[in-house]
Amino acid sequence: MIFLKRQLPLAITFVMGVAFAIQYYVPHPVSEEAITNVSKWMQIISGFALALGLASLFHVHAVKIKRQVPGWGYSLVLYITMVVTIVVGFWSRGETTVDGAKTGLGWLYDNMMVPLQGTMFSILAFFIASAAYRAFRARSREASVLLVSAVLVMMGRVPLGQFLLPWTWDVTQWLLNVVNSAVRRAILIGVSMGQVALSLKIILGIERAYLGGGRDQ
Amino acid sequence: MILPAFLLFVLLLLGTPALAATLTPEGFRALDTPNDAGKSLSLAWKASPDDRADRIVQVWMAESPAAPFKKVAEFPSNTRYVKPGDFPWWAQPAGKGDHYVKLVSSQAFPIEDGKPYFVKLLVRAGDQEVWSEVAEAKAAPDMFNTAQANNLAFVVVFMGVLLASIAAARRNPHVHLRRIAGLDAVEEAIGRSTEMGRPILYLTGSGGMDEVSTIAATVILGEVAKKVAHYDTSLKVPHRDPIVMAVCQEIVKEAYIAAGRPDAYKDDSNFFITSDQFSYTAAVDGIMLREKPAANFFMGSYFAESLLLTEAGASTGAIQIAGTDSDHQLPFFVTTCDYTLIGEELYAASAYLSREPVLVGTLRGQDIGKAVIMSVLILGTFLATVGVLLDTDWFSYLLDLFKDFK
Repeated sequence: MIFLKRQLPLAITFVMGVAFAIQYYVPHPVSEEAITNVSKWMQIISGFALALGLASLFHVHAVKIKRQVPGWGYSLVLYITMVVTIVVGFWSRGETTVDGAKTGLGWLYDNMMVPLQGTMFSILAFFIASAAYRAFRARSREASVLLVSAVLVMMGRVPLGQFLLPWTWDVTQWLLNVVNSAVRRAILIGVSMGQVALSLKIILGIERAYLGGGRDQ
Repeated sequence: MILPAFLLFVLLLLGTPALAATLTPEGFRALDTPNDAGKSLSLAWKASPDDRADRIVQVWMAESPAAPFKKVAEFPSNTRYVKPGDFPWWAQPAGKGDHYVKLVSSQAFPIEDGKPYFVKLLVRAGDQEVWSEVAEAKAAPDMFNTAQANNLAFVVVFMGVLLASIAAARRNPHVHLRRIAGLDAVEEAIGRSTEMGRPILYLTGSGGMDEVSTIAATVILGEVAKKVAHYDTSLKVPHRDPIVMAVCQEIVKEAYIAAGRPDAYKDDSNFFITSDQFSYTAAVDGIMLREKPAANFFMGSYFAESLLLTEAGASTGAIQIAGTDSDHQLPFFVTTCDYTLIGEELYAASAYLSREPVLVGTLRGQDIGKAVIMSVLILGTFLATVGVLLDTDWFSYLLDLFKDFK
């Protein structure tokens, strides 16, 4: 049991990790084919895993409806919409259009999914405003620097700002190309080092927490 | 009258071979394109001071010297040079400033591996046309990209540094770790949730298990779950990826067992919502507003949903801890969360929370790697500047070692 739960996954991780680290340096078509095949395998596994996700979704909401926990009505709405979408999807044979005409599934997607997604995305504008308001209150020296640079960048980016204060364009470019880029690159160097280190730890079996349980088991 | 005409005739006679000599591509050769997947040939020849836009070079190819040649490329003679940065000095197919043309297999002229091909150039200037000699080459795939040898050497050295750091940490486990406020606050956040009797919400980001940041997020989840089990608080982990969900279920289960509370583990603490970005966001926002978790954790990689999630969480008054390597989302997290693990801190979290010498040792290895990179940046900037001022290529031999070549 310990072999299946610990040693085998670690061995697979080591072999695949080393193989695909080497693959990066091998331009041979065999190497390209290997990575393509593994990508296909991952897609197949993801497809099977979706059944796992659906089972979880059905289970969680079925329990909520059964126990009538607060907000169980939302779970009922989810069940109904899911069943309707599946039925319409089968009825439309999974196609959104047939001979240029919209199917039931296409209608559901265009008139339900797209507006709902658009609504969620549009909320971002209001959230940016409220988050910016909180962040730009000059409560500390750092927040004041943030406020001043944000105002300068905003002025340099909008036509009215450039018309009123033409010099803000150059300041904006300097802030974005020098200050902002330098910090971003510093973060990215740290991220890259961290990713390489974590990858090596996983490949060498030093980091095992992702397998579940402590490292000493 | 006769004398100038005679002189002009002599000049014309002498001038024709002279013009032909300047048109002829010097040192023309065909070769297999280095460091590639095959089905490609490269051509190289010396640059000439007479190269100019109105002098046209045509590339003609054939499968045998006797077969009819076919035109496969045409360009002005003052283009297609080897530019600095195209190839490292140890894998340079042609000298700097030489002409270099890569021919790839196409429908018009397919190139097969292992088959000889014959190539010649036609240089045309006005009415004058000069053919080069015929060069022969075979295409072949390569087993190792020598241009990336420096990259491989860096990885091997970095791996050695990491292993040495781990060995050093095993001998002397008292390695100093700088304080990471966001990770110190984990305990506080869980304690607060326990006191308020509200759940803890933990998100692993939008990536799959093939992303390092998601793996880091699942590793931190294990440490958080142990503390949650210890405090006997409720944990909710909504997922966008079923595979991540399956992994997290196992991690949380094992964490509860490790904490000595297997009875407190609930199988539905990890649950799948949807893989659609904004549907997932709407569902998690709904959980935040209805169940009002006292602590929200946002670990892993995020996209446009980051602010929608954290702003909704901030409105409920929850203590929020984020950790991401998505640099474009960091400003949103910093603005709306109480604590943010910036970039590499996400990867350091596992070592920081567990304080295990082996893992802490790797952090020292990372720091050594960063110190080397910073030194190279400073030295490289200095040498590149001196190289430009002195108009010399000498420093490129050193600088190429630290460049990324494909």
